[in-house]
Amino acid sequence: MSVTTIESPQGPTTAPVSEGPHRVAAGLLDPTQLLRSTPDALRKLDPRVQLRNPVMFVVQVGAVLTTIEAIATPTVFAWVITVWLWLTVVFANLAEAVAEGRGKAQAQTLRRTKRETMARRLVDWRPGAASAEELVPGVALRLGDHVVVEAGQVIPGDGDVVEGIASVDESAITGESTPVIRESGGDRSAVTGGTTVLSDRIVVRITSQPGQTFIDRMIALVEGASRQKTPNEIALNILLAALTIIFLLAVVTLQPMAIYSHARQSLVVLVALLVALIPTTIGALLSAIGIAGMDRLVQRNVLAMSGRAVEAAGDVNTLLLDKTGTITLGNRQATEFLPAEGGSVEQLADAAQLASLADETPEGRSIVVLAKRELGLRTREEGELVGATFVAFTAQTRMSGVDLVGGHQVRKGAASAVREWIRAGGGKPTSGLGPMVDAISAAGGTPLVVAERGNGTARALGVIHLKDVVKDGIRERFAELRAMGIRTVMITGDNQLTAAAIATEAGVDDFLAEATPEDKMALIRREQTGGRLVAMTGDGTNDAPALAQADVGVAMNTGTSAAKEAGNMVDLDSNPTKLIEIVQIGKQLLITRGALTTFSIANDVAKYFAIIPAMFAAVYPGLDTLNIMRLHSPTSAITSAIIFNALIIVALIPLALRGVRYTPSSASALLRRNLWIYGLGGLVLPFVGIKLIDLIIQFIPGLR
Amino acid sequence: MSTAAAGWWQAGLLVFALAVSYRPLGDYLAHIFTTDKHWRAERGIYRLIGVDADVDQKWSTYLRAVLAFSAVSVLFLYGFQRLQEHLLLSLGFPAVKADQAFNTAASFVTNTNWQSYSGESTMGHLVQMAGLAVQNFVSAAVGIVVVIALIRGFIRSRTDRVGNFWVDLTRTCLRLLLPISLVFALVLLAGGVVDNVSAAHPVTTLAGQQQSVTGGPVASQEVIKELGTDGGGFYNANSAHPFENPNPVTNLVEIFLILVIGVALTRTFGRMVGDKRQGYAILAVMAAIWVTSTAAISFFESGHHSAAALAAGGALEGKEVRFGIPGSSLWVASTTLTSTGAVNTAHDSLSPLGGGIAILNMMLGEIAPGGTGSGLYGIVVLAIVTVFVAGLMVGRTPEYLNKKIQPREMKLASLYILTTPALVLIGTGLAIALPGERAAVLNPGAHGLSEVLYAFTSTANNNGSAFAGLSVNTVWYNSVTGVVMLLGRFLPIVWVLALAGSLAAQRTVPASAGTLPTHRPLFVGMLLGVIILVVALTYFPAQALGPLAEGLR
Repeated sequence: MSVTTIESPQGPTTAPVSEGPHRVAAGLLDPTQLLRSTPDALRKLDPRVQLRNPVMFVVQVGAVLTTIEAIATPTVFAWVITVWLWLTVVFANLAEAVAEGRGKAQAQTLRRTKRETMARRLVDWRPGAASAEELVPGVALRLGDHVVVEAGQVIPGDGDVVEGIASVDESAITGESTPVIRESGGDRSAVTGGTTVLSDRIVVRITSQPGQTFIDRMIALVEGASRQKTPNEIALNILLAALTIIFLLAVVTLQPMAIYSHARQSLVVLVALLVALIPTTIGALLSAIGIAGMDRLVQRNVLAMSGRAVEAAGDVNTLLLDKTGTITLGNRQATEFLPAEGGSVEQLADAAQLASLADETPEGRSIVVLAKRELGLRTREEGELVGATFVAFTAQTRMSGVDLVGGHQVRKGAASAVREWIRAGGGKPTSGLGPMVDAISAAGGTPLVVAERGNGTARALGVIHLKDVVKDGIRERFAELRAMGIRTVMITGDNQLTAAAIATEAGVDDFLAEATPEDKMALIRREQTGGRLVAMTGDGTNDAPALAQADVGVAMNTGTSAAKEAGNMVDLDSNPTKLIEIVQIGKQLLITRGALTTFSIANDVAKYFAIIPAMFAAVYPGLDTLNIMRLHSPTSAITSAIIFNALIIVALIPLALRGVRYTPSSASALLRRNLWIYGLGGLVLPFVGIKLIDLIIQFIPGLR
Repeated sequence: MSTAAAGWWQAGLLVFALAVSYRPLGDYLAHIFTTDKHWRAERGIYRLIGVDADVDQKWSTYLRAVLAFSAVSVLFLYGFQRLQEHLLLSLGFPAVKADQAFNTAASFVTNTNWQSYSGESTMGHLVQMAGLAVQNFVSAAVGIVVVIALIRGFIRSRTDRVGNFWVDLTRTCLRLLLPISLVFALVLLAGGVVDNVSAAHPVTTLAGQQQSVTGGPVASQEVIKELGTDGGGFYNANSAHPFENPNPVTNLVEIFLILVIGVALTRTFGRMVGDKRQGYAILAVMAAIWVTSTAAISFFESGHHSAAALAAGGALEGKEVRFGIPGSSLWVASTTLTSTGAVNTAHDSLSPLGGGIAILNMMLGEIAPGGTGSGLYGIVVLAIVTVFVAGLMVGRTPEYLNKKIQPREMKLASLYILTTPALVLIGTGLAIALPGERAAVLNPGAHGLSEVLYAFTSTANNNGSAFAGLSVNTVWYNSVTGVVMLLGRFLPIVWVLALAGSLAAQRTVPASAGTLPTHRPLFVGMLLGVIILVVALTYFPAQALGPLAEGLR
């Protein structure tokens, strides 16, 4: 007989939810990326591509006009403006190209995994029956086909395991090298095409059409091929287009007024004024922000099936979180030994350890660990227990334990069962036992009574307090979410009492106990009827309807393909806590858009003060009062404004890709902070920037 | 009393009177539009026009009703003027010319009251009373009912109904405008405003010359002209005429009437959306603009440094000595910020920068507090734009008053902020580019440009006051400004009512800690910022060539 002792390497209360401050981290911009993306940026000068972005289209048309003008009447000023206008367009394209480039690199890696595979198709497969095998190309597989995959072979398509169990290397899609177990039935049956079976043999029912596999969709997503503008992006584009039209009218109608004032303006100057005024900064960076937002999710191993889902994540009002794995570590753990009256803790712990030695459930292991940690009880060696018989837990006995040589028996288990066992052994359960058991139950824990028989009598030694251990730091996380206006609801199959205790400890706002899939669905509907957006995670097939109903449904990659199909995001790491990060990324995406829009609009003030006096101070010298930057000359002033306008785009590309810094806090605090930085910054920075550029370019002959 | 002290007293009294009336009038307005009970007189009217008063309309039906009602009004008013010579009390005046009759009809129906005619020498008493004055009531009421429909859009959820135009219109006239007008007509009468149906009296002046002085139903028209932010004067001199506005007391009463509904509507707004602080926030923005404008105009008018101005203690050219700088500045700021075309001062004679502020006030879109109803819907649309940009910065799909601002809402708000600048800029650009129309400009240089800019800013924003110095009674100006007024009034109404429908169809989103608060000083500041950056700066180039070129030396 062998005794297995497994100790978990860490205490039960570690495992932090995340490391460091809860900031959505930055992706770095490699300067060589700018260079590498330049060809793509130039390719995007195609007017048909530009037409999708009204603001930059206007800039490009302006650049064409000034080019014609510069060729017709060449001056240094006209050429400098023309060059910088073209650069403005190229910089905008560059932002988009860089953002797309990052996805392209990822797509390249994915494509490599999508190499041509041969599939061993089973003809008319029936469970248990042998069937003929034929070799077909992976692309020839159709929905509902069955294939067999053995160790060392690549799974030819997405599907569900219908027979067998295997360890699978999914590093091709998750980047995680530890193999995972896939087995038929249950919630771990989904396999992904392109992953490799490491051991054993499985039969897979194909669940996707060729060309629409998970990897195909991933490639399309990271490449941005199927990128569609999200509602919010559309709304912002409408506003930007409106502002562009207003400024276009302002500039076009300015010429007759200027002629009336005997200050006719050249086409170059008018185009320069227009480009300076329209919101080019945000117009140039808008699509890069959207692509980068999706990309940030991909970097966290989350695949969003649409940009709409990412935006919805930022809007979420209610998070439904499964208790197990998200809020608690997942298993009940022993946290306390409570000796019965007249007994000692040591005695209790010793007996508990004995009774748990062969118990390989996480609960059993945690008892051994607790005994060692709290009381320094060393783990018994195999030799010490010669002749011992281990009694496994069964649903009938509801106890487990050990019978030692010499008639000494130890049991631990459900209170009523152990009591019965004590009585049967001729003992009497002590009176203190009942209240202890009740107290633990009331606190949401699980009491395990430990008893022994020996010398013709039986007695209770005490109670072990098993409880769900809430993850470290999760309470603070929920407080942050509350500050952001997000309500958390814990979903659990536990009874009311247990659920309430854990809910209080974890600091969730509400909980749903003894939850059935129908309850979950009803809860989501109820929240949505109140106008709230709901996010949830799920992996089982029975989660699928709720995942589909939720506004943001994050399916775990380990889950069934039904769940992955129903959700609008898939977490490749299968980490339910990531839902919180997804929400933050969604918010960060919107904040970046808003911040750069504010910045862009606020920029106009300085540009007016640079360009308007430059245009008209010659006829109305009084207007030179508006030249508060004291710019060198009219041409240098206008050139400086245009150069600043172009350079700020490049300067902000890293910010667009990375997203603005986001610290979870209330709406007021966020607004105040961003308004100061991007509103005030947008107002002041161009004054400084234009002045600095003017100080340099005033030495260029032809711009004096 | 020094001029400055007079200014403080007048402004103080005005603010006090507005503060006192704020709650009762605002709450009463909210009551008017939320009660189920009809007055007996109203039931009679509904039966007469065949309206089921208890059935609400879709936004599109509501809009059709507004447009149909206004179209009939334009036609009626046009016909009335054209047939004037055959009517009673015509005072022997001939029919109004076709282009001028169109311009005037458009002007009064759109609540603009731009007058290319001279009242006492063009319109008979019947046209004034049964034509123009009636429009003073109903055009003001149209503005109010439109904003009420918009408010209903915010408070209703998942419905396509925004109210019943005919009920709203009838109630506004019968329960709001008529009672206040009755009371204040008596006040003005007591203050010396005339009211009769006499024809012209020949009078011998002190200098021994003959002058013809026309009487008329002035007080009754004066009160609604101010209360409804209309502004069409009985006399050509408008409220500078001693029969319309005899003394500083009537002057102050009239300014009060101009502002009172616009101000109180913010209370109505707060009441109806169920959060009075939302109304206060809007009022705070309006007040900040009004105070700054008034102060700036007073400053520029009293600080004008010509020799004559120094001798007179301010730029008194074109001003009535009985009102002085304070009474005139208060009036100028209040009328240009409310789409009231009434003047008690020659705006053409304002100091360049003072005149520039008057133009800027109108350019802001008549929102502080703006025309009856139209001011509030204008500022609410700007609040939507602000919420959109600010809301993004807090990381959520923007929401205003528990409704999401999505592409459709943004499209309508964008069209709204696009409409008036387009009309002003295109109108001004055309007028200044066409040689014939440019000839109508009487002053040279920057001041001449200001005159044209003023004319189109005033008509597109439905203000109606004029800078003068521009011969606008030509077929071109009458037609073009007429069309500009119609588009400047009804295009925004189309967008606003569509917005109301779109908002009403939405589900209400509950507010949370993550929702952008729209009642805090921070939001008030942002809204002001958006008004300046998005609206005012659009006109910066035009302003630079007009008032700024003239004023900055």
